[in-house]
Amino acid sequence: MATEVTMPQMGADMTEGTLVRWLKQVGDQVNRGDIIAEIETDKATVELEAYDSGIMAQHSVKEGETVPVGDVIALLAAEGESVPDNVAHKPPAETPPRRMIEEPQPIAQATTQTTTASTTEVASAEKAPPPPRGAEEAHERIAPEGNGRVLEREAGARQRVSPVARRIASEAGLDLSAIRGTGPDGRVLRRDVEEALRAHKAGEAPAPPVRERELAPAAVAPEARPAAAPGEVEPLSRMRQAIARRMLMSKQQQPHYYLTLDIDMTEALEFRKQLNASASDDQRVSINDLIVKACALALDRHPKFNAEFTEQGLRQHKDIHIDIGIALDEGLIAPAILDVRGKGLGAIAADAKDLIERAKNGRLTADEYSAGTFTITNLGNFGVETLIGIINPPQAAILGVGSVMDQPVVRDGEVVVRKMMKVALSADHRVTDGAEGARFIKEIQGLLENPVSLAL
Amino acid sequence: MSTKAISGRPVTPGPDLLNHFLYQMVLIRRFEERCGEMYTKGKIRGFLHLYIGQEACAVGSINALEPRDRLIAHYREHGHAIVRGIDPDRIMAELFGRVDGTSHGRGGSMHIFDTEKHFYGGHAIVGGHQPVAVGLGLADRKMGNDNVTMCIFGDGGVAEGEFHEALNLSSLWKTPVLWFCENNGYGMGLPLEKSIANDIYKLAEGYRMPAVRVDGMDVLAVYEETQKAVAHIRAGNGPYFIEAMTYRYRGHSMADAELYREKDEVAAFRERDAIERLKRRMMEDGHLDEAGFEALTQRVEEEVAQSIAFADASPQPEIQTLFDHVYHEQE
Amino acid sequence: MAVEMRMRDALREALREELLRDERVFLMGEDIGGYGGSYAVTRGLLDEFGPERVMDTPISESGIVGAGVGAAVAGLRPMVEIMTINFSFVAFDQIINNASKFLYMSGGQFNVPLVLRMAAGGGSQLGATHSHALEGLYAHFPGLKVVCPSNPADAKGLLKQAFRDPNPVIFIEHSALYGVKGEVPDDPDYRIEFGKARVLREGTDVTIVGYAGSVHQGLRGATMLEEQEGLSAEVIDLRTLRPLDIDTVIESVKKTNRAVIVEDDWKFGGFAGEISAQIMERAFDWLDAPVARVSGKDVPMPYNRNLEFAALPSEEDVVEAVLAML
Repeated sequence: MATEVTMPQMGADMTEGTLVRWLKQVGDQVNRGDIIAEIETDKATVELEAYDSGIMAQHSVKEGETVPVGDVIALLAAEGESVPDNVAHKPPAETPPRRMIEEPQPIAQATTQTTTASTTEVASAEKAPPPPRGAEEAHERIAPEGNGRVLEREAGARQRVSPVARRIASEAGLDLSAIRGTGPDGRVLRRDVEEALRAHKAGEAPAPPVRERELAPAAVAPEARPAAAPGEVEPLSRMRQAIARRMLMSKQQQPHYYLTLDIDMTEALEFRKQLNASASDDQRVSINDLIVKACALALDRHPKFNAEFTEQGLRQHKDIHIDIGIALDEGLIAPAILDVRGKGLGAIAADAKDLIERAKNGRLTADEYSAGTFTITNLGNFGVETLIGIINPPQAAILGVGSVMDQPVVRDGEVVVRKMMKVALSADHRVTDGAEGARFIKEIQGLLENPVSLAL
Repeated sequence: MSTKAISGRPVTPGPDLLNHFLYQMVLIRRFEERCGEMYTKGKIRGFLHLYIGQEACAVGSINALEPRDRLIAHYREHGHAIVRGIDPDRIMAELFGRVDGTSHGRGGSMHIFDTEKHFYGGHAIVGGHQPVAVGLGLADRKMGNDNVTMCIFGDGGVAEGEFHEALNLSSLWKTPVLWFCENNGYGMGLPLEKSIANDIYKLAEGYRMPAVRVDGMDVLAVYEETQKAVAHIRAGNGPYFIEAMTYRYRGHSMADAELYREKDEVAAFRERDAIERLKRRMMEDGHLDEAGFEALTQRVEEEVAQSIAFADASPQPEIQTLFDHVYHEQE
Repeated sequence: MAVEMRMRDALREALREELLRDERVFLMGEDIGGYGGSYAVTRGLLDEFGPERVMDTPISESGIVGAGVGAAVAGLRPMVEIMTINFSFVAFDQIINNASKFLYMSGGQFNVPLVLRMAAGGGSQLGATHSHALEGLYAHFPGLKVVCPSNPADAKGLLKQAFRDPNPVIFIEHSALYGVKGEVPDDPDYRIEFGKARVLREGTDVTIVGYAGSVHQGLRGATMLEEQEGLSAEVIDLRTLRPLDIDTVIESVKKTNRAVIVEDDWKFGGFAGEISAQIMERAFDWLDAPVARVSGKDVPMPYNRNLEFAALPSEEDVVEAVLAML
């Protein structure tokens, strides 16, 4: 078998070498110890000696070629032996490991990785920290064993509060002892204090911790309180700041077009009454639930309204998550009913109730805050005709819903009173155009005016 | 075969001993050549300093010592370790960084140690081990035995302050140290005449100890002089200095491009090659023929191949042992 | 039974007892024999034990420390005195590349039971090259043990322990403390384990951590805090920097929620930073304030008396640091 000659490792930090000159040509006899080539490294030119004897059978690299250490550069053959024409470049014999050693991690570092993944809705906040990775320090007493982790807070034991949490609490005048911490070993973190502040009736509401996208209600807050004392300026809460930012962004960057339509909800209300007659409490369907279902079906059939505009093109969402506006004391939030495609009305109703309940208690998940693909904003309770909404970025459309009102309409040449509801579609003109919007909104109308179809 | 000097007179080696010398020199040379090869293949990493050309120094000198004597050396010490009797398999495994190495992979080429053979390293700081040699000798003197400590160092270390401190102390305290300087003419790339403002053995004379210069390419000359030194030291007369004039055929280390010397110079020394010399003499005296030499080289080839195979098969040390041997546990 | 004596006498007693106990023990150093030691620690030992066991050496720090390493490796139990820590730099190669690493490089074959004593500290207007602290510098190196007593009893107990440790021990004596008096047990087996800090004064409002000379600034500062501010300070003497008894410090911080570290050595890159980091890692949730460091100022030590005083930490500095964290 032919003997391989490889680009040698010459010097601790050499990674590649250049074959400057062949001193043994193909066909030459090579004896062990003969110089067969000159190699150039970035430090100097060195001579390559042969470690074996044989006939030079192949130059695998040309003069002037640079190859990594360990690659085959020549073949030596025994007398009469033939060699293959092409030899694949081989990887170096033994790559030393890079930074395999890890210091035993102080526990604080290791647990940070678990806590960033946790969310505010987690009931049991205290997780066991993972064991330190890497080498164990077997011997010395000076080795840090950990950071004194205590999983349960003993009665009367010191409450763990991070410095920044303490500062925020102090600035807001908040009592720390009532706050449950979600940090390592039950430490109260900034997010816990901010959430407590939000839930606290006395203060302004800061934003709950969301990871990527933030919530963005499309409507005006319901309360009639003045923003500040007359003549004074009251700084915006975090939530308000977020809303302001997003609404501005939406209006500036997403070219809106609008379509309105009156929907005859008479049949739908009757349908609902029948459903609820035999439904359990948590599956009682609301008007909004019907609208959610109708939108879900319509989005399925008109997928562009379940997409979003990006510089690279339209991103089509696989799943349908519909944001519904929930009015809380401190403001409007719009968390998502997740994965509505294929959900029945009963399930949607149950989900919506649960969502509202949890929203009021500040126990929504991050996905519920951020995963929505379409928004319904319903001012049905407020007696307004409709709401022409602002799209919740980066979604492609929002449906505003007004109150169901008795209205006179013409049916078969006669004026009758029907339960009418005006909806308004605001859509991103970069994603869809008027005709598509019209078809979409008509789809919704069709489904709601023929409510049996909602049972799909 | 006896290696002990009787009443101070050096022993002239008989055929068995000569054969042993020849075998050891050939073994060192082939071991070192293959280490160079293994380095270019990435099996040995970091620094590698080859002893090729200097074999007569290690073989001639260490064979004049007893097993109870102590050795401490510089970083070009594979040959010394082999002559001392440390298993070449385990030396190669240490070079490969494996768990069966002499230091379980923690030392590498420059740090070969062995308690049983009283081999105190393998040292990488030039001149840094010379004061330690004083301490080894001092301990023997205090304990009242007649062990010899042989300290092997190069001409490059002579400029270091520690060389001078060590020689001074060893003379003052009459420590039983054989100062063995392997003068191969170069530090890394600096020739001797630009490094030392005197002849090296004369510096030692300045510290009031016997100091001689010997042909380091002649294994028998080295052997004879070392026996004299050892006899002197064991008799309680204090340190002895030998400057062995030798030459390394390869660069300082594997990374050395040898820009500082001419090929002719290397060739000239090769003509005085210690192995060729001994071989010629043994053949002239009828103790050796070509077939015998061939058999010897073949045997060495197999042994070194076996060392490489052993090293290759030895496992990597476990990462969990990283913190072992930082401190010695209380007995 | 305890006897009152100065720290230098306590050290001498320790050396004497160890020389008597173990014939492998011997001492090497500059002017430790005929001169009696530059700080009089070894006075009388040459007469009692002779020149083989108490060796006067030339001024060759590197040579004698290396010889100490060699003798230790060969089976004896040498002590090498480097007159002051300032001269240890000359022997740095032997301490760092040989003494601390022989065991590891040999894969566990050769340990180095060497005791290296040195005097350290400023405050005597000796100038920049004769006033270094640097206990923390030696504590940085794995393979070394670093001991720095603050009082005579600890000096004796720790030095005796050093001779039983099979590892190289850097034994640092604060030059300003040689004359300090204290009660010392006369039990010839009295030894103090390494890695055991001592709470010198109990308290509840702040933890003051010190080592070597700075322990005294810590104690005086604690007294001032009590008398002037009605504050209760706990004072801890680390005794050994490596191994470090951080547990005692942590336990204290968990009680007081505040920590101040006092040291003579320079602040930047100093050992107080190490203690701070460990306190932060292990007692983060118990801190009401960041850990404070009262260290030497980052200047070469000036000769002038007032300047030197300003460069070193004082008990007033300790008090000020504590008040700033309330």
